[in-house]
Amino acid sequence: MMKSLPITIDSVRKTYGSYVALDDVSLDIQAGEFLTLLGPSGSGKTTLLMALAGFVRPDSGKLLLDDRDITRLAPNKRDIGIVFQNYALFPHMNVLANVEYPLVLRKTPKAEARQRALDTLVRVKLEGLAERNIAALSGGQRQRVALARAIVFEPRVMLMDEPLSALDKNLRETMQYEIRRLHDDLGITTIYVTHDQREALIMSDRIAVMNSGRIQQIDTPQRIYDRPSTRFVAEFMGEANIVAPGSARRIDGADASREALMIRAECFHLDAKLVGPDGVALEGTLRAKAFRGENWLLTLALDGGQEILVCIPAALASGCAELAAGQRVTAYAPAAKVHAIPGVVA
Amino acid sequence: MLEAYPDSRLARILLWSFCALVMAFLMLPTLVVVPLSFSASNLLEFPPRAYSLRWYETFFGSATWMAALRTSLILGTLTAMITVPLGLLAGISINRLGGKAAVTIQGVLLTPSIVPGILLAIGLFFVLAAQRLVGTLFGVLVGHVVLAIPVACIVLLPALARFDWNQVQAARSLGANWARAIGGIIIPQLQISLLSATLMAFLTSLDESVISIFVASGQNSTLPKLMFLSLRDQIDPTIAAISTLWTVIVVVVVLVVTLRQKS
Repeated sequence: MMKSLPITIDSVRKTYGSYVALDDVSLDIQAGEFLTLLGPSGSGKTTLLMALAGFVRPDSGKLLLDDRDITRLAPNKRDIGIVFQNYALFPHMNVLANVEYPLVLRKTPKAEARQRALDTLVRVKLEGLAERNIAALSGGQRQRVALARAIVFEPRVMLMDEPLSALDKNLRETMQYEIRRLHDDLGITTIYVTHDQREALIMSDRIAVMNSGRIQQIDTPQRIYDRPSTRFVAEFMGEANIVAPGSARRIDGADASREALMIRAECFHLDAKLVGPDGVALEGTLRAKAFRGENWLLTLALDGGQEILVCIPAALASGCAELAAGQRVTAYAPAAKVHAIPGVVA
Repeated sequence: MLEAYPDSRLARILLWSFCALVMAFLMLPTLVVVPLSFSASNLLEFPPRAYSLRWYETFFGSATWMAALRTSLILGTLTAMITVPLGLLAGISINRLGGKAAVTIQGVLLTPSIVPGILLAIGLFFVLAAQRLVGTLFGVLVGHVVLAIPVACIVLLPALARFDWNQVQAARSLGANWARAIGGIIIPQLQISLLSATLMAFLTSLDESVISIFVASGQNSTLPKLMFLSLRDQIDPTIAAISTLWTVIVVVVVLVVTLRQKS
């Protein structure tokens, strides 16, 4: 296992004219951690990645690799492996030459470079393809070559810029697990950029959700999903209902929260018995219902006029088929799944 | 008619005739010199009454013509060797810079190809005179490089625009400095365009006469300069022999380069 290093991003700011790409971003990444920068396009996640790679120079702030300031260090001296969105393989070299390239630059003896490149190809399951031309590879194989090339020189940090966005859905899921497995095998500090929240949830130790040049929240996937700190995070991570305090009542009659509540669509039940007495109840009129295979999606209009989405697993939804639009429906959510978003009024 | 019956005989005959006419129009002025060069007469006459190789003998036997040929070939080679690296670096900078600055720089670089050649030659004469470089090979070389840079840029810029610059970033992240990234990643993939640029720079210098007339002196006259001067002084078929050889050389070089690109 190679030695991996922690990264400190300290109030990094980057502007393009009047456009603020990174707005005083600070972030600590532990050695060996798999951290995902998640956000919509234009949120600054790729700019932050490129600043770490050395292709974007911050206006102010510091980037530390371990204790070393790399803010002004040339990209070729950072020893950071990067997997690009379009792979950026060298089409005039075959697979082996692509993977050997960083070793050749480091003046590794020929035989050793070849052996390490071949070993790395085995690691990414490309044994036997060493002599292939890049043009003759499938998308998934190119992805693996890009991975092999980025890890063969044992970098201390790996950066990945939406590496799976060009692959079809099945291959993408396979590669998600393989990249994570590779990370666990190598123990290398990895920063992964994506706009796909499912991908972020599946792969990461921690997720930093970014929007308009700022980190909105940084936490474990589960906490990001269940306990979003802002409305943006709540809505970006999945089907979130954010309801005004007045719309929800406690089942046991106690005082409800004074802050807006976030309840995920799939956390509701239609049966009060499945929810403890400290849960909340939301009553409304059924507007629409849709059968989605593994679940039913109900749209309820609360009395305040707000619409919420209620998702009931098909296995627990014996009564859903009989519900008709216009009917009064009460949805219950257990206390553990009701999250008050601090400072947000719906 | 052509659209309605694209395969009709008449349409094809018309199309081929038209193409043949265009080809003839393009090539005849060049080709008419060839029979003249094999004339046995002392005058340029068409068609020649008798044939001989005497004017080729005159050309190869003349120390002045041979010196001019040597000068032209050396100048062409040096021009290409200096222009192409400069043009490549300029092209890369323009491409990476982007925005208004890039457009401005590109405009400035392309001016020598827009400004009338005679103005450029007069300007260059004064600049070189101030440096006491008039009459030197170096002076002519400077002029030819100035003329060839826009040509090289025009060939290289579209190729650089199509280039995937992520590859350079990838190479940099893998440990390559700028020089290694250019040498190992950009140049091998731009081979064809670089070859074209080299050829065009070489031919620009080979073909250039105005700057040579102003700046080159007796012992380092270029071939086009000497041709102009000899046309003024005496008209004999030596000129035709040189032109024929010239055409053959250029056609061979262009063919070789084009065929190499095809394979």
